[in-house]
Amino acid sequence: MTKRRIGITVEYIVLTIVSVISLFPLFWMLMSATNKSTDVLAGRILPGQKLIENMSNLLKTANVGQAMMNSFKYSVLTTVGSVLICSIAGYAFEVYYTKSKNMVFNLLLISMMIPFAATMIPLYTLFGKLNLLNKTLGFALPSLSTVLLIFLFRQSAQSFPKSIIESARLDGAGELRIFLEFFVPITKHTFTAGITVAFMSNWNNYLWPLIIMQSPTSRTMPQLISGLTSGYVTDYGMLMLAVSISILPTVVVFLILQKNFVEGITGAVK
Amino acid sequence: MNARFKTKFKLSTIGWIFILPATLLLLLTKFWPIIRALVLSFQSGVGLNTSFVGAKNYIRMLHDNLLHTSIFNTFFYLLLQVPIMLIIAIILAVILNDSRLKLKGFFRTAIFLPCATSLVSYAIIFRSLFARDGFINLILMKTNIINNPINWLSSPWPARIVIIIALTWRWTGYNMIFYLAGLQGIDPSIYEAAKIDGASAFTSLRKITIPLLKPMILLTSITSISGTLQLFDETKNLTNGGPANSTISISQYIYNLSFAYSPQFGYAAAVSFLVLIMVAILSFTQMKVGDRR
Repeated sequence: MTKRRIGITVEYIVLTIVSVISLFPLFWMLMSATNKSTDVLAGRILPGQKLIENMSNLLKTANVGQAMMNSFKYSVLTTVGSVLICSIAGYAFEVYYTKSKNMVFNLLLISMMIPFAATMIPLYTLFGKLNLLNKTLGFALPSLSTVLLIFLFRQSAQSFPKSIIESARLDGAGELRIFLEFFVPITKHTFTAGITVAFMSNWNNYLWPLIIMQSPTSRTMPQLISGLTSGYVTDYGMLMLAVSISILPTVVVFLILQKNFVEGITGAVK
Repeated sequence: MNARFKTKFKLSTIGWIFILPATLLLLLTKFWPIIRALVLSFQSGVGLNTSFVGAKNYIRMLHDNLLHTSIFNTFFYLLLQVPIMLIIAIILAVILNDSRLKLKGFFRTAIFLPCATSLVSYAIIFRSLFARDGFINLILMKTNIINNPINWLSSPWPARIVIIIALTWRWTGYNMIFYLAGLQGIDPSIYEAAKIDGASAFTSLRKITIPLLKPMILLTSITSISGTLQLFDETKNLTNGGPANSTISISQYIYNLSFAYSPQFGYAAAVSFLVLIMVAILSFTQMKVGDRR
């Protein structure tokens, strides 16, 4: 009995320490966003009153509004597009299974091994020729079809009851309608997980926009905050405010969807 | 043609139509560029003035000290950081799977929250925390652990350590979720039986949890390895590869070759092919080892 109690106490201590380490950098970021740079450097980790001042400095230094708009536009469109394209493909790989489709699927799995660094130069020259530099479509194209999402949806199609498809077909429903009216609602956890994963990776995408979105008006948030650190003197209050703003959307999306996210992953990997 | 065959043919065609957009896009954005990169890696020059140079780019790699540094760094991060992170992730997942535990949701969210931050953002947060006049030095000095501030980011080894700390902070929770999902598929009665047989907590971890988590361990180590081999955002924003390129990663070196220095697409393509080969070898080895056990 006492041994068990020691065990669980150790577990609580470990989890508390790890949680503090996990949360502290984010807490420090939020506190710094409300303080003057000199106070941040003096180690102040309490809320301050310089939020407005930091905000006006930030707006003077960088075009945050435009970068936020760009990031929202690119990531929302890319997320919607990729979930549409990958969900129907993952579903089809499972539901219309044939040996030849499975061979295509395995080929696609191999593409997971191709590192982005290996493709970025040919993609850059190709997109230059196609006049896609600084365009939303240029940002989106490499992320619209991702093996991870196809894999996720194929896994969830595996546990989707096939009898529903059979009876819907007998009732005369078209194949696309079966997908939209039965598969989508039943596997909505997978869709939430898929949307979360896709939105986070699109919002946080850095290397590709750095190459293809080079004009100042098409820059994204990660590019903007990366550029803020290149000066000689760092204004920590302003910098941490910019970082806070840039991670806000993904943190909010994650906190809203996190329960479904874990279930979606669990459902998909079972 | 009978009706049954007709329907079957129709369904198969619809299946292909559903698969087509995703497949074409991957052919365009993954397979076509990789073939182009292979061709490019045997060429040299700028823009349209490229010419075939045979294996010259590959021979140049043998004498390229900066490339050797970037490979050393990437493997140093890989061999030290990935095992540390995955072990911590397994331990945390096992703890969080304990049915007696309260506040599970809170702990899980707290540990997973770093994954919601972008790579650039957390790199900048860590860069600020570990700056010479940053918070970490301040605390270490106030607690008298050190007398003078450590130049975390402008000396090679401390900078590499900071990169490892930052990577672990960002990715441990992510891997933990996969283990947690795997653990939820294990029947608790197995543990009960082991306990009755007198197995200690460590024995059941070693004999039950780890073997049953094997598919997850394989998945997470493949994704972590391929992620580390492609490391870019963190080194770019934490140290910018510095001081004097001592922390540069392979991806950052490829980026510099293509976009920061005068463009050398041919050589950059050859280096990126090296990364592809390394990812492929490591993934296949992982899968083989995973299969045998």
